[in-house]
Amino acid sequence: MTAPVLSIKGLTKAYPGVVANSDVSFDVYAGEVHALLGENGAGKSTLVKMIYGLVQPDAGTMTLEGKPYAPTEPRAARAAGVAMVFQHFSLFDAMNVAENIALGMENPPRLADLAGRIRDVSETYGLPLDPFRIVGDLSAGERQRVEIIRCLLQDPRLLIMDEPTSVLTPQEVEILFLTLRKLTAEGVAILYISHKLEEIRTLCDTATILRLGKKVATCTPSETTARELAEMMVGTVLHTPERSGRALGEVALELRGLSLRSPSAFGCALKDISLSVRQGEVLGLGGVAGNGQDELLGALSGELRSAPDMVRMHDQPVGMLGPMERRRIGLLCAPEERLGHAAAPDMSLTENAMLTGSQREGLERRGFLDWGRAQSFAEAIITRFDVRTPGAANAARSLSGGNLQKFVIGREVMQRPEVLVVNQPTWGVDASAAAAIRQALLDLAAGGTALVVISQDLDELMEIADRFGALNEGRLSAIRPTSELSIDEIGLMMGGAHDMAVAHV
Amino acid sequence: MDLSSINLVLLLASLMVAATPLLLAAIGELVVERAGVLNLGVEGMMITGAICGFAISVNTGNPLLGVVAAALGGAALALVFAALTQLALANQVASGLGLTLFGLGLSALIGQGYQGVRPPSFPRLSIPGLSDLPVVGRILFSHDLMVYFGLLVVAAVWFMLKYTRAGLILRAVGENHDAAHALGYKVKRIRIMAILFGGACAGMGGAYISLIRVPQWTEGMTAGIGWIALALVVFASWKPWRVLLGAYLFGGVTVIQLNLQAAGVAIPVEYLAMSPYLITILVLVIMSADKSKAPASLGRIFHASR
Amino acid sequence: MLKLEKRPQPSQAWIYLAPLVAVIATMIAGGALFAILGKDPLVAIRTIFYDPLFSEFAFFYRPQLLVKGAPLVLIAIGLSLGFRAGIWNIGAEGQYIVGALTGAGVGLAFYPLEGWFIFPLMVMAGALGGWAWAMIPAVLKVRFGTNEILVSLMLVYVAEQLLASMALGLMKNPQGFGFPGSRNLQQYPSAHNAELIAGSGMHWGVVAALIAVIFAYVLLTRHILGFHIRLTGEAPRAARFAGVNPARLVLICLGLAGALAGLAGMFEVSGPAGRVSIDFNVGYGFTAIIVAFLGRLHPVGILLAGLLMALTYIGGEIAQSRLGLPAAAIQMFQGMLLFFLLAVDVLTNYRLRLARREVA
Repeated sequence: MTAPVLSIKGLTKAYPGVVANSDVSFDVYAGEVHALLGENGAGKSTLVKMIYGLVQPDAGTMTLEGKPYAPTEPRAARAAGVAMVFQHFSLFDAMNVAENIALGMENPPRLADLAGRIRDVSETYGLPLDPFRIVGDLSAGERQRVEIIRCLLQDPRLLIMDEPTSVLTPQEVEILFLTLRKLTAEGVAILYISHKLEEIRTLCDTATILRLGKKVATCTPSETTARELAEMMVGTVLHTPERSGRALGEVALELRGLSLRSPSAFGCALKDISLSVRQGEVLGLGGVAGNGQDELLGALSGELRSAPDMVRMHDQPVGMLGPMERRRIGLLCAPEERLGHAAAPDMSLTENAMLTGSQREGLERRGFLDWGRAQSFAEAIITRFDVRTPGAANAARSLSGGNLQKFVIGREVMQRPEVLVVNQPTWGVDASAAAAIRQALLDLAAGGTALVVISQDLDELMEIADRFGALNEGRLSAIRPTSELSIDEIGLMMGGAHDMAVAHV
Repeated sequence: MDLSSINLVLLLASLMVAATPLLLAAIGELVVERAGVLNLGVEGMMITGAICGFAISVNTGNPLLGVVAAALGGAALALVFAALTQLALANQVASGLGLTLFGLGLSALIGQGYQGVRPPSFPRLSIPGLSDLPVVGRILFSHDLMVYFGLLVVAAVWFMLKYTRAGLILRAVGENHDAAHALGYKVKRIRIMAILFGGACAGMGGAYISLIRVPQWTEGMTAGIGWIALALVVFASWKPWRVLLGAYLFGGVTVIQLNLQAAGVAIPVEYLAMSPYLITILVLVIMSADKSKAPASLGRIFHASR
Repeated sequence: MLKLEKRPQPSQAWIYLAPLVAVIATMIAGGALFAILGKDPLVAIRTIFYDPLFSEFAFFYRPQLLVKGAPLVLIAIGLSLGFRAGIWNIGAEGQYIVGALTGAGVGLAFYPLEGWFIFPLMVMAGALGGWAWAMIPAVLKVRFGTNEILVSLMLVYVAEQLLASMALGLMKNPQGFGFPGSRNLQQYPSAHNAELIAGSGMHWGVVAALIAVIFAYVLLTRHILGFHIRLTGEAPRAARFAGVNPARLVLICLGLAGALAGLAGMFEVSGPAGRVSIDFNVGYGFTAIIVAFLGRLHPVGILLAGLLMALTYIGGEIAQSRLGLPAAAIQMFQGMLLFFLLAVDVLTNYRLRLARREVA
C-alpha cells in the first residue's frame, strides 16, 4: 500500500475528570473509506475535533501526506486539505446556500462565480442544489448537501463525515454512498464516523473501533460480522428487549385530521394527520428530522393547542387543553431535547421531578409545593431507572446524556400514564442505557399503556413498535404493521429520496 | 398660536441635525446586534461620549479632537461591557443596564464645572456651489461635518454588511455562533470589535448633542435618545438604510414637536415633550409583528464547549 | 492563559460569596476613584459606610436607612420576580411616579375632608396606578410581542412629563402662591403616611416592604407560581412543557412589579416627600435594579442589598456635605457595584483554570 494520507500516533486528550482520548493511533489511506466506530462518549468527536483543529491534543502527533500536521484552528486544517461535514450542521439558517458555502472557504470567489461552481460540483456528484435558496427552508438531506459541497469545493485530501446518515432516508443514504465512492475513486480519503454497523459493513474499507477513549481494534468490516463489531464497540454482550404478547385494549389516543402551523420560522406545519393508538399498543413514527416531529410532540403535549376534536383521548376532545390538564387525564410526553425542554439544566433533579410530576404524584396542594415528596419521587426514579448521580440535589446538566434521558423517561413512566408519547427516546444514549429505556417502554405497554414512539432510528422502531408510520413534510404516511415491512418500503414511506430523481450520478 | 412662524426649509434642515445623533448611535448598535450582542448601554455610552467630547473640545479648543475623544470615551465604556459579557459571560441585559447607570454617573462626575460653558463652534461644511442652491442647498448641503459623516457611516456599514467578507462573517457570528465557531471564526474577538465600534458610534452621537445640537453640557442631556436608538434598530429590522429612514422620521417628530412648542400651540408643553417616546412605543408595536429578521443568536451567551 | 470552564453545577459557595466579593472590590475601586478626586479614600469609605451607622450623629441617620431602604426593597422585590422569569421591567421609575400621582391624587381629591378610609384608599390607588402603568408594556408584549424593556423605559420619560404637568397644573397647590408642587400631604393628617414610632423612620412603606419580602420568599420557595417563575427564567421551553402560560406570567410579573413600585411611590409622596413636585423622583426605580441583582434576586438578599444601597445614599449625602464628594460619584459607585457583581458572578457557574491556548 502507498503512504497514508493521515497518520495518527498516540493522540491523547484529557478533560478534567475525563480522558476523552488515550494513545490513539491509526492510518487513513488515499481512496479508502475509513470508519471510526464507537458508542456515544467513546471519544470519536474529540478525536475528530483534534484532526480538524478545533481542539489541540495533550500528546501525540499527526502526519498529513508525509508532513507533520498540527492544526491550531480549522482554517489551518482546511488549508492543509482537511474538510469536515458536521453532524449538527454548522449552517446559517437565514443565509442562502452560496453565502453558507463562502463562509466555509478560505478564499471564496465572488458570489456569482461561486454560484456557478456550486452548480458544477452539484451536477458532477449528483447533489442538486440551488445556490440562492435560503438554507433554513431546505430539508435535512439538502442541508447536508450544502455541507458536502462546501467541503468538495476545496478539493480536500481528507474528508471527515460525522454521522452523516442520521438525517437521511434509506434512499438518500444510497445516493450519499455513491457520491462517497466517486470521491474515493478520485483518491480522496474519507474518515467516516458512525455507530451504525450495517452501514459501515456496506461502505467502509477499514474500521477503527474506539471504546472509552482507547482504540480497541482496526479491522476490515466486510470480513467481520455486525455482532462482532458491536461487541468490540460496547464491550459486553447486549440483550435485545423482550416483547411479551399483549392483548390490545380500546383506542386510547386518536388524532383526527390534525393540522397545525409551526410556531417557528423554519419549522414544519402539520398537515391532516390522523392516527389511533390502542391500549397496550406501540405505534412507531419514523421520518427524517424536521418533518414535523417536534410539532407533533408539541400538539400532543399541549404546548401547541389545536381544535378540540383534532386530538381525542378515550373518545373525549382534548385539543384545547394545556399541558397540565392533559397530564391530569393521563396523557404524558417526553420531548427529544433533554436539556432545556424535558428538563431545566440548572435545576436539581428534585426540581425537575416537580416539573411534570407535581399533579399526578401529589407534590402540590392548592398551589403549595411539597419538596419532601418531590425529593422522594426523584429518588424513586433514580433507583428504579439506575440513574448514575450522587443524589437528587444535583443539577440536571451534571448528568451524562444517557443518565438524564433515563431520568426524564423514567419520570413519565413512573407516573403511570394512560398514553405516553416519546420523541427520540434513545438519541445520543449509550447502548446499555438505550436497551434499558426500550425495555421500560415495552413493559409500560404490557401494562396497558398506549405508546407513541417518534424516532429517527429505524432499527429501534422495528424492534419495539407494533405498527409503523412515517412523517414526511408534516404529513403522515399510511400506518402499517411493522412485521410486514421491508427497509425499502420504509424508505418510500419516509418520502424516498427528496429531489433525487433529477440527480444523475 | 402662530404656525406660520414655522419655516419649512429650516424645519427640514434642522431635521437632519436632530436625526444625526440618533443615526450614529443606532447604526453602531445595529452592527453590535448583527454580531449577536444586545448592548442596552447605548444611553450610557452616548452621555459619556457627550461629556468626553465636550470636555476635550473646551480644553483644546478643537471640536474635531472632541469628537475623537467622544468616540474613545464611548468605546472605553463599551470595553467594560465587552469584558463583562464576552469574557465574564455576564447577562447582556443586566450588563447593558449597568452600563447606562454607570455612564450617567460618570458623565455627571466629569461634567462638574462644565455647566454653562460654551464649547468652541463646530466647522460648517457648506459644499461650494451646492449649498447656494435655493431651498435644497439650505436643507441638504449646508450642514456641519458630522451630518455628512453620519451618512457616510451608514453607507459604509451597509456596504460592509452586504458586499464584504468581513460583513458576511459578522452576520454569520450573529446568526449562529456555534456554527461560526465550528468553522473556525473567532466569535469573541469579532463580537468585541463590534461592541467597540458600537461604543464609538454612540459616543460620537452623544458628542453631537453636546457640541452641536444644544450646544452646552447639562447632566442627563441625552434624555433617552440612546434608548430610542435601540428601538430604531428594531424598527429598521436590522437593515442600515432603514435606520436612516427611521432616524429622519424620529428627527422629524422631535423637530415638529419643538416647533409646535415654540409656536405656542394650545397643547401643554409636557404632552408635546412626551410625543417622541409615545411614538417610539407606537412604532415598536407596529414593527414587532415581524421578528424573523432579528439575528438568531441575539443576546445569547457564547461559551466554546468541548 | 486563563480559561473558563463550566462547572457541572452552580457553586453554592459562590452564590453567597459573589455579592461580598463585589462589595469589597467596589470599595477598593471606589476608594481609588475618591483618591483621584483628591479625597482621602479611607475617610471617604468610612464616611459612607461607617458614619451613618455608628458615628455620634448616627441617631439621626439610622431612621433614614429605613426611609431610603423601604422604596428600594419594595421596588426591587417586584422587579426580581420578573427578572427571574426573564421579563425585563426596567421602567419601575415610571410606575413609581404614577403610583405616587394616583395615590396623592386620591388624597388631594378628598382634601380637606378627614376620615380613616382616606389613607387605605390612597394605598389602593397607588398600587393600582403602578399596576396600570406596568400593564401597558405587559399587554403590548402579550398582544403584539413588543419588547418590554424599551416600552417600559419609554414610559419613564412619559411619566416624568406627566409628573411635571401634574405638579404645574392639575395638582398644583391653589394656596401655593403660584409655585409648582401640590399641597403638602404631611399637613393633611388623614392622608399622611406618618412615622409609626416617632423618630424611628418606620412608616407604612417599611411595613409593606417587609411584608413583600416575606410574601416573595414564600412565593418563590413554596408555591407553584414561584416555581414556574424560576422555571421560565432557567429554561423557557421546559416551562411551556410543564404547562406554564408565558403570557399569563408576563401579566402577573409586570403587574406585581408595577403595583409594588406604585405603592413605593405612594408611600413616599404621602410620607417623606410630602408632595407632588417636579423633582419628586430621585431614581429609586433604577437603583432598585442594582438592588435586585446585588440581592441575587432572592428576597432576603434584596432586603440586605436594599439596606446597603440606602447606606450609600445616606453616606453619600454626608460625604457630599462634609468632604465635598460630588453626588455623581455615589451614582458611579453604585454602577460599579453592579459591574463587579456581574463580573464575579461568572464564578458561580464557571471555574477559572490555567490552560493551554485554544481556539476561542
